[in-house]
Amino acid sequence: MIEALQFDFMRNALLAGVFVSIACGVIGTFVVIKRIVFISGGIAHAAYGGIGLGYYFRYSVLPALLTEAAWTRLDPRPGAYPMIGAILFSLISAVAMGLVQRRTRQRADTVIGVMWAIGMAIGIIFVDLTAGYKVDLMSYLFGSILAVQPSELFFILGLDVVIILLVVLFYKELLAISFDETFATVENVPVDVIYIVLLCMIALTVVMMMRVVGLIMVIALLTMPAAISGQFVRGMRRMMILASILGILFTTVGLWLSYAWNLTSGATIILVSGVAFLLSLAVKPLVGRWRAR
Amino acid sequence: MGDGQISGMPREAISMQHVWAGYSGEPVLEDVNLSVDELDFVGLIGPNGGGKTTLLKVLLGLLPPTRGTVRIVGKDVTEGRRYIGYVPQTVAFDQDFPISVWGVAQMGRLGTRRLLQRYTAEDNEIVAQALRDVDMLHLRDRPIGALSGGQRQRVYIARALATEPRILLLDEPLSGVDSEVSSSVYELLSRLNERITILLISHDMSAISAHVKTVGCLNRRLFYHGQKRITPDMMQAAYGCPIDLIAHGIPHRVFGHHGLEEVQE
Repeated sequence: MIEALQFDFMRNALLAGVFVSIACGVIGTFVVIKRIVFISGGIAHAAYGGIGLGYYFRYSVLPALLTEAAWTRLDPRPGAYPMIGAILFSLISAVAMGLVQRRTRQRADTVIGVMWAIGMAIGIIFVDLTAGYKVDLMSYLFGSILAVQPSELFFILGLDVVIILLVVLFYKELLAISFDETFATVENVPVDVIYIVLLCMIALTVVMMMRVVGLIMVIALLTMPAAISGQFVRGMRRMMILASILGILFTTVGLWLSYAWNLTSGATIILVSGVAFLLSLAVKPLVGRWRAR
Repeated sequence: MGDGQISGMPREAISMQHVWAGYSGEPVLEDVNLSVDELDFVGLIGPNGGGKTTLLKVLLGLLPPTRGTVRIVGKDVTEGRRYIGYVPQTVAFDQDFPISVWGVAQMGRLGTRRLLQRYTAEDNEIVAQALRDVDMLHLRDRPIGALSGGQRQRVYIARALATEPRILLLDEPLSGVDSEVSSSVYELLSRLNERITILLISHDMSAISAHVKTVGCLNRRLFYHGQKRITPDMMQAAYGCPIDLIAHGIPHRVFGHHGLEEVQE
């Protein structure tokens, strides 16, 4: 591990793992206690539509509109457009799914499942339509934490700050709608707005996690640290902090194992988390018995 | 409170006039009229599916009535509901939710502290007093999932009290608690009734105890005369059949034989 740290890409990957785990622990706690895993999965997969649109815009629309010189001057890193596309698209799908869930109480899960698939399909089709350059789709499906750029680290850190700020500002309302939405409504808390804000924070978290483990496994990394943490601590703040620490541990150990054994990093991180989750289930009864004594 | 109350005249805490409500055009409440005076202690019973939940939703402004008017302490529902302390059923509840007794009771201050405002020392004093009222302050740091059914009920009542309500609205307050606990909850309610109007809704006859001042029966229509007695006609009208046993065994022969026509006013 120590000799791995001399590589820039490894240092960047480790830092990305740490930064993403912080948002993941905070937002994952809400996803677990409010039981909104399915809609979070929907937002994650729909984000792929934004990636497809980002590529299409970057490689087909902009070059067609601009002269060669202007295009070269404008040309940012290849990864930026898909990321911006993913953020916008996942925010839009988060709001849309939230509204669908609120307006039509029945069969909301069906509609969310449909939007989940449509988002992915849009992504695939737009990548097809993109002229020439074909991207490595697998890096979005399974993550590419080793390819994280320093500029992306600042971007991820920025999202962390936004998410933590929002959670601090709306902490009592977020807690209230998670615990008892009816009571919160009666107390005139704007429950729909707060819920949509929560979904938007999930969207932002999911986009940055996509870099680490890929969108297929986002949900696992979002929920497992929080689920483990919830078994051992009481109180939402403590649950968030422990979940973040666990996330950092899992991404670091996963990265190290993937480096040592030359395995896919995202999948290794998920397996480390999964093993820890299963262990926590086995250990929980013992802890309970020990506490009861 | 200085807004034109004529002394000696009981003021209306809740008023429902010709209220119809339901879902997708299907009425569940039909022409419900209810007038609850301040400091009354009303128990409403009715069979499951008889519109108890719908009535609660209408009173809490969660379901707008299709027809009729609802006033809470003389105000529109969305404004008046801040005078209601709502105590929900505690049965459907996530045991693992990471929150303490104090955290739950503190939510009673949500309506007072708006977005971006923090709870103040004054809030904490009110929450502490509410927990003291229900004798739960010593368990303030206990996780809510580690409490017994009766204790959890008390915490929910404390949360409602922390809203500084003029009306307590309780939904099936005694489901899932044994009779010993339920009598202690009733003693608590009767103590609170010295300063707060109480409306209690249940499917369970035994929930209507000696502490309740007036009773009514709800089955789509409401049979309520502001009296303590449940007449067999009310029961028959509400439950739609002569009653042998309702829930915990009150044989219908304890009521005299009356004709249905006496119910009509």
